[in-house]
Amino acid sequence: MTTTAGETVQPARRVRIRLGALGPLVALLLLMVLGAILNDHFLSVTNMANIVARASFIGIIAIGATFVITSGGIDLSVGSMSAFTAGMIIIIVNSLVPSLGPGWGAVGIGILAGLAIGALGGAANGILVTAGRIEPFIVTLGSLGIFRALITFLANGGTLNLNFQASDTYSPLYSGNLLWIPVPIIIFAGVAIVAEIAMRRTTFGRHIAAIGSNEQVARYSAIKVDRVRLMTYMLQGLLVGLAAVLYVPKFGSANSSTAVLWELQAIAAVIIGGTTLRGGFGRIWGTVVGVIILELIGNILNLQSFISPYLNQAFQGAIIIIAVLLQRSRKTTT
Amino acid sequence: MSTSDGPAIRPILSANRISKSFGEIPVLFSVDFDVRPGEVHAIIGENGAGKSTLIKILSGFEQPTSGTITYDGKAVSLPPNGEAEGMGIVLIHQEFNLAEHLTVTDSIFLGREIRSFGFLDVRRMRDEAKSLLDTLHVHVAPNARIDTLSVADKQMVEIAKAISRDARVLIMDEPTAVLSVGETQTLFEQIRRLTARGVAIIFISHKLDEVMHLADRVTVLRDGQLIATVEASALTPDSAAQMMVGRELSNLYPPKREPDVDAPRVLAVRNLTAPGITDVSFELRKGEILGFAGLVGSGRTAVAEAVVGLTYRSAGEIEVNGRPVHFANVAQALKAGLAYMTKDRKGKGLLVNMGLRPNLTLLTLEHHLRAGVFVDTASETKALDRAVRRFDIRARDASVKVGQLSGGNQQKLMLGKTMESEPEIIIMDEPTRGIDVGTKQQIYHIIAALAAEGKSIILISSELQEVIGLSHRVVVMRLGRIVGELEGDEITEEQIVRHQMGIQGKAAA
Repeated sequence: MTTTAGETVQPARRVRIRLGALGPLVALLLLMVLGAILNDHFLSVTNMANIVARASFIGIIAIGATFVITSGGIDLSVGSMSAFTAGMIIIIVNSLVPSLGPGWGAVGIGILAGLAIGALGGAANGILVTAGRIEPFIVTLGSLGIFRALITFLANGGTLNLNFQASDTYSPLYSGNLLWIPVPIIIFAGVAIVAEIAMRRTTFGRHIAAIGSNEQVARYSAIKVDRVRLMTYMLQGLLVGLAAVLYVPKFGSANSSTAVLWELQAIAAVIIGGTTLRGGFGRIWGTVVGVIILELIGNILNLQSFISPYLNQAFQGAIIIIAVLLQRSRKTTT
Repeated sequence: MSTSDGPAIRPILSANRISKSFGEIPVLFSVDFDVRPGEVHAIIGENGAGKSTLIKILSGFEQPTSGTITYDGKAVSLPPNGEAEGMGIVLIHQEFNLAEHLTVTDSIFLGREIRSFGFLDVRRMRDEAKSLLDTLHVHVAPNARIDTLSVADKQMVEIAKAISRDARVLIMDEPTAVLSVGETQTLFEQIRRLTARGVAIIFISHKLDEVMHLADRVTVLRDGQLIATVEASALTPDSAAQMMVGRELSNLYPPKREPDVDAPRVLAVRNLTAPGITDVSFELRKGEILGFAGLVGSGRTAVAEAVVGLTYRSAGEIEVNGRPVHFANVAQALKAGLAYMTKDRKGKGLLVNMGLRPNLTLLTLEHHLRAGVFVDTASETKALDRAVRRFDIRARDASVKVGQLSGGNQQKLMLGKTMESEPEIIIMDEPTRGIDVGTKQQIYHIIAALAAEGKSIILISSELQEVIGLSHRVVVMRLGRIVGELEGDEITEEQIVRHQMGIQGKAAA
């Protein structure tokens, strides 16, 4: 905590900021080159589309996490909340099939219920953080445990399977195409674009950056801090619900090991993307690039034979730590 | 009293032709300074004169760009990060360096704990702390936790800690800024005890009376230059002010407009009780500048925060333009035309990691929307251009982070931000704290111009001259209550000081 700011800061800083802004893109490019060297089919449209489609679950969640983290919060419960919501969607659809049939009626209600459950779960986190005045780390660590236990309980220790016929109705939502583009990619892109605009061009985006930068300043500047905070957690929950809505048609089942460690991947993607872990600055496009980077690493690990693909999450863990270290060195003044 | 006269006593610590610059910005120019054992040497000067930099160099926290330090007769290079404590040079920072959760004993022995067989010898440390506190006449329990102590007691613990480290030079940065009158007296007694033991004391102060009361010698800095080092007995308030400011200040304040006694009452506060204040009543008329004087911690900021809804009031009424109001947050106060400009620029006023534009419009983003949702940056940029011209905000370019602006430009930006909301009533809390005289003068003229336009202003300031120079009426606070109200010719330094020190003990008339 010496106050030696001012010396030699200027030139070094400018270079670093430029690097920081482009860092994720450079990493993405390097990974693509590496992948292309390892495998001829790596850069094929099919493989790329596959990668982005698979990245869409984490991507949608990580976009929510970008808002939460930019406002200075954190949500560790996103993985278990996804699993819980997926389980609830399956239970609701299955229970509606006898009365409504396996068509879009039952599936549609299941989808709406999934979104609502996610938003409510997020609201619960948000209320505990704002009205309850509890550290978000503790609140969401607690709800992480609760949601994980609930899915295990609902599945009675086993696996919840989607009704076979309903699955036929539902599955195009993941595997279908719209104008030759896979549906999950369209939804992911749509969410990303709306979120990027919300972050950069709306009062909501400006206010969460202000709160994350300095909550006191925000409060003294007539910003309703608690309300904005609550909205970030609700938005996160809603996007978790959306991710679960896409997850169910892909796998048709949910159990206690569904979406394990998604919080790690989501937070890693946000940090890789250049959002400041302490809050105050966030960028959605960075998060999108971050998610694709993580997915590429997994893909590349599967394509080669030197490193076990089982180490994938070790890479993700290491990357999140390195990304924060890089952020720290970029930060010159406190 | 020590006998600091005579060349026989060799300085224990001296700085010889010290210069310092941060990057390309020079802050000290070839300054000579020394302190003798048993002497109190005060450093005075305007904000930005280089006082803090000088004491940081004298204690090793900063290294001089050129020049030498002599300690105990030998040229030395002081180690950084407070390691000079080991050599007997201790700096007590303005914000204390005490871990709030430790006890007094823990704090005193922090980093050099007494051990026996590898374990902490808790009892011996406590006994030694107790006897140390006793010899210093400090009445705090060795087991008390730091966060339960008053500010004054924390300072005493810092001093005890310094003494336990055999400090030979004790450097204090504005030690009395946060102390009450009684606490200041205790501190002075403590300092006299220390000098009697041969400890050399260097201290920075903004209060001329206490400098002349306590110091043996006084060094005046201005704009990083050494102006003079004189015997305190040879100093008068006028000569000191003359040396500190170095120019005629007669037109520092704009001419006062005659207050309009028939102007409507825009704000009335009656019997307001809230955290830190009790039974506060006052009124503000349209176009008036109402000064709030009082010592630090007397409740002036607490009044402002209660009025605009930052804290909850437990009793009392507030009327704006005759209508009773009860603001739950700043947004509601703004809507009623009431704005509060905080004194804590970096902590509560501005986002130091962001640029000028988002800071300027943070309060009023809804004025810059398209289709009700999308922020119109072009409109924001126009607002910034206007504010830059109106308040003469100087920044290299608009993308520079606000934290890199000078205090004066930060203050002007904050003024711009507040005025963006077009308030009718503005509460300005220490609007010139920590900024240079030139910018102060600009701000004084802006304040007077706003009042002339018909805005009503509450001016909270700890600088008496400022309150006197600008206000039509002055309210004086003490210990959370209003203890006096002065008008016209009554507004004098003497009157205000008497009220704020409680000498004129009559309750609000």
